[in-house]
Amino acid sequence: MLSFALSEQTLVPAQLSALLRDESCGALVTFEGWVRNFNEGKHVVRLDYEAYPELVATESQKILLEAVALFECKSILSVHRVGQLSIADIAVWIGVVSVHRENAFKACQYVIDNLKLRLPIWKKEHYLNDETSWVNCEGCQKPAHQHRILA
Amino acid sequence: MITLNVKYFAILREQRGLHEESLETPALTPEALYCELAGRHQFTARQEILRVAVNDAFAPWQAALRDGDRIAFIPPVAGG
Repeated sequence: MLSFALSEQTLVPAQLSALLRDESCGALVTFEGWVRNFNEGKHVVRLDYEAYPELVATESQKILLEAVALFECKSILSVHRVGQLSIADIAVWIGVVSVHRENAFKACQYVIDNLKLRLPIWKKEHYLNDETSWVNCEGCQKPAHQHRILA
Repeated sequence: MITLNVKYFAILREQRGLHEESLETPALTPEALYCELAGRHQFTARQEILRVAVNDAFAPWQAALRDGDRIAFIPPVAGG
């Protein structure tokens, strides 16, 4: 299995890892990304994830194929939430199965690092005492910044 | 003039007030199209921090646009 999906439903790790069972493999490494209640000094109360599904599909498939080629793992399943999430929800789940553990650890790290960098998924944080903001998009809101860069 | 389908995400979707539209434009490249739309809708994101997708694949800002293309501007991502 080599699969990435977007989901509007709560992720249930036991259900996901059950899909990866393989009698020829000795290792399953999983990663769960959780919604944290603070970010950059602000108290986060909930967040929204938004995705570009068509481009997520092609780019995620590239990432999974790269991980398999680099680390010889047998199966990778990953699911990322979209929609409204609460604190402590699982935002992303990754499971990697390989014959031996070392490749599964490495491939899992490769997949999460590249998903975060490359997939067109956006996160809007809602705070207790501040205006909402799109994460990593500080430069989107400050056109004045341009003059400093050009100077 | 060519007719394009344009998708907006995240901050651009909010600033445009819709997720998707069909529009006619004289723009020959995604760069020219973003310049046109940013001026019309007061987008605050500089082009330098965005990426662009043409027909659901990442593309260069200087790609040649054709009638019927689907364009999406990609603000900085934050998955995971």
